[in-house]
Amino acid sequence: MKEKKEPRVEVARKNTLHLALWTGAWVITLAISTFGTKGNDALTIIAILVNFIVGIGMILANIRHLKGLDELQRKIQLEAFGIALGLAVVAGISFSSLDQTNIISYNAEISHLVILIGVTYMAGVLIGNSRYR
Amino acid sequence: MKNKIKVLRAEHELTQEQLAVKVEVSRQTINAIEKGKFDPSLPLAFKISRLFNKSIEEIFQNE
Repeated sequence: MKEKKEPRVEVARKNTLHLALWTGAWVITLAISTFGTKGNDALTIIAILVNFIVGIGMILANIRHLKGLDELQRKIQLEAFGIALGLAVVAGISFSSLDQTNIISYNAEISHLVILIGVTYMAGVLIGNSRYR
Repeated sequence: MKNKIKVLRAEHELTQEQLAVKVEVSRQTINAIEKGKFDPSLPLAFKISRLFNKSIEEIFQNE
């Protein structure tokens, strides 16, 4: 008997939920490896390893999420990723140069870049969705 | 690119949601194609044309 195909919207919803769960797990394991194992090197290494493995799971969930989208949704995601990556490279290099030449008083941290990528990506997705509404 | 999807959809008494399910895309995609904001890929154009039993040229016209 032919198996009934699940509607694309349902697949996308399920994949988005899985991606959110993996991302949440990655953030929690990152917090544990950063703040939860201070002073215990063995536990810190285990926590970092767990965080890394969960991170791979998050990447795979993201790939599955992208594969579950239709062509317009993929286009929106691609544009958002492109803008986020481009801005991250340009702004990241400028920010790093400002730090290295001591024009700014604080250090350029990788976390600043991650926040910039996240905010730009979310803005890109929102703008893309509103453009094709 | 102009298209006649909205007219064909009305003739076949299909909602955007129903058409989206039949050609396996989101309702947002059907809406964007109808409004001319997004041009579908060739495979999707074929799916739509097969569903309405028309040729691609009968549904989509280059502006």
